[in-house]
Amino acid sequence: MRAVGIILAGGNNSRMRELSNKRAIAAMPIAGSYRSIDFSLSNMTNSHIQKVAVLTQYNARSLNEHLSSSKWWDFGRKQGGLFLFPPTITTKNSWWYRGTADAIAQNLDWLRQCHEPYVVIASGDGVYKLDYNKVLEYHIGKRADVTVVCTECRGDDVSRFGVLKMNDDCRIEEFDEKPMVSKSNLISTGIYVIRRRQLIEMIEKCAQEDRSDFVKDILIRYKDLKRIYGYKINSYWSNISTVESYFRTNMDFLKREVRDYFFHQGPAVCTKVDDNPPAKFNPGCSVRNSLVSSGCIINGTIENSVIFKKVFIGNNCFIKNSIILNDVYIGDNTCIENCVVESRDTIRANSRHCGENGIKIVIEKNERYTI
Amino acid sequence: MIKKEMIAMLLAGGQGSRLGVLTDNVAKPAVSFGGKYRIIDFPLSNCINSGIDTVGVLTQYRPLRLNTHIGIGIPWDLDRNVGGVTVLPPFEKIGNTDWYTGTANAIYQNLEFMEQYNPDYVLILSGDHIYKMDYEVMLDYHKANKADITLAVMPVPIEEASRFGIMVTDETGRITEFQEKPEHPVSNLASMGIYIFSWPVLKSALIALREQSNLDFGKHVLPYCRENGKRLFAYEFNGYWKDVGTLGSYWQANMELIDVIPEFNLYEEFWKIYTRGDIVTPDYIAETAVVDRCVIGEGAEIYGEVHNSVIGPAVRISEGAVVRDSIIMQDAYIGSGAEINRAIIAQNAVIGDHAVLGIGEDAPNVYNRSVYSYGLVTVGENSVIPSDVRIGRNTAILGETLAEDYPGGELPSGGAIIKTEEKDGESA
Repeated sequence: MRAVGIILAGGNNSRMRELSNKRAIAAMPIAGSYRSIDFSLSNMTNSHIQKVAVLTQYNARSLNEHLSSSKWWDFGRKQGGLFLFPPTITTKNSWWYRGTADAIAQNLDWLRQCHEPYVVIASGDGVYKLDYNKVLEYHIGKRADVTVVCTECRGDDVSRFGVLKMNDDCRIEEFDEKPMVSKSNLISTGIYVIRRRQLIEMIEKCAQEDRSDFVKDILIRYKDLKRIYGYKINSYWSNISTVESYFRTNMDFLKREVRDYFFHQGPAVCTKVDDNPPAKFNPGCSVRNSLVSSGCIINGTIENSVIFKKVFIGNNCFIKNSIILNDVYIGDNTCIENCVVESRDTIRANSRHCGENGIKIVIEKNERYTI
Repeated sequence: MIKKEMIAMLLAGGQGSRLGVLTDNVAKPAVSFGGKYRIIDFPLSNCINSGIDTVGVLTQYRPLRLNTHIGIGIPWDLDRNVGGVTVLPPFEKIGNTDWYTGTANAIYQNLEFMEQYNPDYVLILSGDHIYKMDYEVMLDYHKANKADITLAVMPVPIEEASRFGIMVTDETGRITEFQEKPEHPVSNLASMGIYIFSWPVLKSALIALREQSNLDFGKHVLPYCRENGKRLFAYEFNGYWKDVGTLGSYWQANMELIDVIPEFNLYEEFWKIYTRGDIVTPDYIAETAVVDRCVIGEGAEIYGEVHNSVIGPAVRISEGAVVRDSIIMQDAYIGSGAEINRAIIAQNAVIGDHAVLGIGEDAPNVYNRSVYSYGLVTVGENSVIPSDVRIGRNTAILGETLAEDYPGGELPSGGAIIKTEEKDGESA
């Protein structure tokens, strides 16, 4: 029990378009059966970090519902457990979380009461597997003040990340947050290891100066003062906080090596259990290169798609290159191509939705006539 | 004082020998069903859905899988501060180290467990039927009749009635006579093995009959109570109820789930069936796959063809394999180009490339003709079938078989290869 965890899950951004209208990004459904926060949470539990705080703010209801019991991630313990910290009004403070550092600052009491010497900070929108103990060992070995987990940016827009440059010893020399022109393609994953007292000290100072962002106001400002190191990972890592990367990340699970890595190799990623019956494939259906989750009933044709839980697909439907989120009903003879269909949608029979230039987000709330 | 109005006692200690090699290593209630579930999930889910939160599960035969499956009852919401699920194996006592010798004897040996909860009623269940039933409605019926014992019964076709324990009732539903597998049935109400006892009646009957060997509810307790003037009532149930005690009925009940609108519908929101699912990932259906009229549990990877089948979680069906009319359980692997017809393949079995199962004409099984019939190929847990062999119908395979176990690369219809650690290499 050398570290406590903090998961930053309060953020919002407009690049998720309508998909973040009703949920936090950390609650975005991923790969048929998960939600985005499951990856960081499972990494915490699989790294034997037993005490984890989730800082929520924006549209937290679906996230709260997902985290309503901590037992699925094995956090229902006497020692430690899962702590959900939405912003709260106190005598000292009546602000929302104004930034990542401010969110931690508003929960400093919790951090002060912990006895674990280190803190692992992660975000709720990363899809990856990582043993944080390895980062911690590295952090201790380098006698670092902060360790930033970083990776080569693959097929994504570098300018939406923090871009770093390390020297030969892996000490971070340059750190640009969302630069217009980037000098390297090494990006921060938003995962940090830091000594707890060090973090408290930095956050206190930051709060005194009325600064609120962990990257801009702490990492970048302290870059030359403190020993900030990079820990590079080469395994799968993806950030889902734009529609394009969300779509691509889900589609990555159609690749065998990605499925093997996340689904079949240990340690397993945990999620809330839903008790759906097995997927049912009726006569006349045709499914090719697709993921189909539990509780689905499939009658039509599906190609290169990810079908989430409890989806009904009617006769003669044609679904291609699409993501159908949880509990969607699709009436007969419907054609859907290059779309993300929002959860709980009901799509009338004989509809047609096609993403012409890029991915179309389909939100259709019709009345549902089913048993 | 702890007080529960009704507690349930679930008899899950039997082997279920008519399921052949499927129960070689696990008790019948722990056998997989319907692509995701185990048989015991149905009575356990019925309990919690009926508001019964205290369940004793009596285990005896090969309980490991059952114990792991039940755990502390989290999947069924049966992890409670007071009550919840308790696994009750037989235990050693001073002067008596009996196993459970009969259904009622098992309950008798756990009087102490039941007494803890000061119940008014005790529900006796068995772990080998597939059904959804609200026991609370049955309890209301029991109370309305001021009954001492209520037995759930269901009408069966009169021509089949001679296979069942038949209840003869008067016009009020009170039971006047039992007929165990009668040649000339006078009623078509078959006992479903589900009883509600008023606690004092159950307790005094068990104590009075405790010396009876192989103390059984149907044979001893119920007749004793009726002879002593107790009020026994039949509660007629008209929903779906399937006994899955034989390979044929087990296969049939699984196949009914793949109908377009199955009679036993697991897709309704109401009355969910819960199970422990270690695997939560979606199924992957590959470019080369064909899935047609089937249900597939979580995390399966399908590269071959599946028709009319029930596929369990994390099953892998390789490219070119064709599976028809079969049940394949959790973690089984089907090699490429294999052809599976009318087979039941248990958990973790491996079928080699290009093996062909379930071909030729029916022939009576040499090992146990009454168990291995219905034209099925039955492959036990962890069994291995080598590549390129041909296996006929009404066959049974258990253990890690090698190419030399199949003379001429073939196991003809009616054959069996049973390899266990105790009886190695026994083959016929």
